[in-house]
Amino acid sequence: MHFPRRVRMLFGGMTGLVLAFLYLPLAIIVVLSFNTVSSLSWPPKGFTLHWWQSAMHSTGARDALLVSLKTAAGATAIALVLGLLAALAVHRFKFFGRETLNLMIVLPIALPGIVTGIALNAAFRQAGFDLGLLTLIIAHATFCIVVLYNNLLARFRRLSPNLEEASADLGAHTFQTFRYVTFPLLRTALLAGGLLAFGLSFDEIVVTTFTSGAGLETLPIWIFKNLSRGDQQPIVTVVATAVMLLSVIPVWLAQRLTSGDGPLTGGTR
Amino acid sequence: MTATTIPSGSGIPSGPGKSASRWLHRHPRTRLIALIGAPATWMIVLYIGSLASLFLTSLYRLNDDGSGIDKVIGTQNYRTLIDQSVYLDIALRTVKIAVLVTLVDIVLALPIAFFIAKVVGGLWRRLLIASVLVPLWASYLVKAFSWRAIIGSPGGVLDKTFGVSPNYGEVGLIIVLAYLWLPYMIVPIYAGLERLPDSLLDASSDLGAHFGFTFRRVVLPLLFPSIVAGSVFTFSLSLGDYIAVDLVGGKTQVIGSVVYDNFSADLPFAAAFAVVPVIVMVAYILGIRRSGALENL
Amino acid sequence: MKNARYLGALVAMTLLAAACGDDKKSSGEALAAIGEGEKALNLVVWAGYAEDGSTYPEYDWVHPFQDQTGCVVKSKIAATSDEMFQLMGTGDYDGVSASGDASVRLIDAKLVDPVNTALIKNYADLSPFLKDQRYNSSDGKNYGIPHGWGANYLMWRTDVVTTAPDSWSVVFDKGSPYAGKVTAYDAPIYIADAALYLKTAQPDLGIEDPYSLNQAQFDASVALLKDQHSIIGEYWNDYTKTQGAFEQGSTVLGTTWQVIFNLATTNGAPLETVVPKEGATGWSDTWMVSSKAAHPNCMYMWMDYITSPAVQAQVAYYFGEAPANPKACDEINTQFADPTHCDVFKANDSAFAQSIAFWATPRKQCLNGKGSDCVPFSAWIKAWTEIKG
Repeated sequence: MHFPRRVRMLFGGMTGLVLAFLYLPLAIIVVLSFNTVSSLSWPPKGFTLHWWQSAMHSTGARDALLVSLKTAAGATAIALVLGLLAALAVHRFKFFGRETLNLMIVLPIALPGIVTGIALNAAFRQAGFDLGLLTLIIAHATFCIVVLYNNLLARFRRLSPNLEEASADLGAHTFQTFRYVTFPLLRTALLAGGLLAFGLSFDEIVVTTFTSGAGLETLPIWIFKNLSRGDQQPIVTVVATAVMLLSVIPVWLAQRLTSGDGPLTGGTR
Repeated sequence: MTATTIPSGSGIPSGPGKSASRWLHRHPRTRLIALIGAPATWMIVLYIGSLASLFLTSLYRLNDDGSGIDKVIGTQNYRTLIDQSVYLDIALRTVKIAVLVTLVDIVLALPIAFFIAKVVGGLWRRLLIASVLVPLWASYLVKAFSWRAIIGSPGGVLDKTFGVSPNYGEVGLIIVLAYLWLPYMIVPIYAGLERLPDSLLDASSDLGAHFGFTFRRVVLPLLFPSIVAGSVFTFSLSLGDYIAVDLVGGKTQVIGSVVYDNFSADLPFAAAFAVVPVIVMVAYILGIRRSGALENL
Repeated sequence: MKNARYLGALVAMTLLAAACGDDKKSSGEALAAIGEGEKALNLVVWAGYAEDGSTYPEYDWVHPFQDQTGCVVKSKIAATSDEMFQLMGTGDYDGVSASGDASVRLIDAKLVDPVNTALIKNYADLSPFLKDQRYNSSDGKNYGIPHGWGANYLMWRTDVVTTAPDSWSVVFDKGSPYAGKVTAYDAPIYIADAALYLKTAQPDLGIEDPYSLNQAQFDASVALLKDQHSIIGEYWNDYTKTQGAFEQGSTVLGTTWQVIFNLATTNGAPLETVVPKEGATGWSDTWMVSSKAAHPNCMYMWMDYITSPAVQAQVAYYFGEAPANPKACDEINTQFADPTHCDVFKANDSAFAQSIAFWATPRKQCLNGKGSDCVPFSAWIKAWTEIKG
């Protein structure tokens, strides 16, 4: 696609500005993680590795990270299964309530987190469930489903239906077709959706506040706790920086794996 | 789908999977239920059930000395919401903020999404997409706190660099919320642009249109569903936020803050006020269904 | 059509389940003797009250307690008194470090049981002005063990507010030259601060007790706060927020805690505090036992532990408050080489403590015993939303 030079420069420039906008606060966070002053204020007054050392020894941070990883993994796994089932059903069948189901699946992410949070909190308590890791995973899975569902549905729509028919014509039964033909085509959509769902769960705080229980801390809750301590704030900048840097790996990987799926996906080009 | 008998020696094994598959093929209803059963039950029982429970709670009432909830159904909470003008003010203010945040995000997202999807390719494209997604992984809380140090006046980064700064308040809040949700607007627009065939743009320019015209009259209308899809995120995230509001909004009160403040002290009332964003979002979603945006989430 | 029926049934069932509450019975009696530890303890606490070394390795009084008693502690940090009240309502916790704006509600709602203070051996040493107060006792029964206390001071930046104020009038002055840079505490209980000011500033309102207000007194206080709203830059209930604001200079005047002053001045902000002539409100925190406690013995062990001089020293020094046990003052000097802590926080100043209007939850039955038509806290909460606009 060839665009006139002016257009390229204009859009390139605007992109640069937007990227600067996106990364300026992040740069400040990184810089402040080395600040000698114990509150998050600008400009930095000195350089120290104290906070980085403190964070590495922090059992609270490690435990919280573990809880967050477990929650996100559990929620993503459930969302993968339920999202796939729902997408299959909605794509292949016309049934009463299809529109309603579509709407329902979208709701948890369309409604503000605080509504989802207090609704689930009230429901769990009414039903007599203790708030803990399980309720947390259930709550997170509920808003992660839509991410997988939409990604998969979009992929289904791009897939040529001929592939599955061809497979059946060649004698494969339903499960074999799914396993050898459909699923491989879905893999990258599952990966992209799963990664997005994982990220959503990992950084979520509002619903978490209402559905975790005594003493259960995810990383965002731990961060919130430390932001509320006047002399501990820079430690959260360390954690945020570390998570950001580490996240480059899965984000980049997902990018490499999902781009260039080729003609099999039956795109519109 | 027509199933043929398997010729012997074809190499495809038969077995329980085969018979199950054949049975399922003859009972499409069961197939559907097997697929839809789990997600539907999950959503209905868990989510819709809890929303219904929330709505029911909104009809209850706090007892006089504030020590517990009277499980007596009445509309007193809703009457308070309607009678006291402050709640309407807060609701309208919140919607206004959400709309402005959405508009800002659309304006910021379009150029970068277009640049990534159409102007560059290959390695650059992958790098840029990754660079848009990475900020999502930096903690929302830390980002909001960082903005506190940026827009504070006096003493914030903007103030020290440029001498002028919005300070904590609605303007600052809109900037920060637009910042926080920007990637959620970029991604659907990018996806929509990816689906947009280059040939259309070529055709338009072949027909003599200059770029601006093509962008306005060809690209934007086709992008409409994607833009609306992105707006669902920015709108709902802004509608319910209370943490960023507390950090950079100054004394601004929004729906989220009132719900959060009242959640512990007066749950029925909080539930009643929480119904407001639900109504707004459900209406919004039902309204945009026709635009096809829902498929682009 | 079948789908619709199933759907309807499912929704109806969930609604039914929702409508059926979950009522556990409470014993209503204080513990007679401390028995065997139950090996677990669930607490609701303010941030910094139950440190286990995960924030700073050197501040850990939870692990020694666990080693001594075998009670494994899980603590849930609450950001506001309202949250504490709500968490205690779930019945999942054994105890709470309640401030006065939650404690009375907890007592009234029967979410906490009376406490047998004879079982707490450190109780005798605790400052007498904290015992049997209206925020931790009711009907002659004691409901909690004091933990620590502090006042809500007026603080200002000396480089901006050049004349040292001596009256709360500076934060209520609609024409203030510092408009947009004034702060106030973000909770309905702050209405009491307005009432406290009006007690002196408008004596014909007849306000005696800022937590026992009749409708006219309440309306006057609310009106004052609505006027104040125009000069407020930010409200705060997360103290680090206002600490940063004072350091940055975006806030120059308003209500704060001693710990904010300490931390901000360490970071170089030029500040001063004063207790204005009208007096000050304050907070005194009490450990209370849940009426649905699953581990009451561990809770009593905790209360005894946390009021011992050595632990009180750590708690008071770390958090920045006056310890309930004056014996902690020497310990603070021993452990942290700070001989002035108790002086700075006025831990032994009984006269000062008695002049503070400690947080208490307003209720219809006036707290000061003079009448039964006082404005209840639920109205305070609603009013607060209106004040903030």
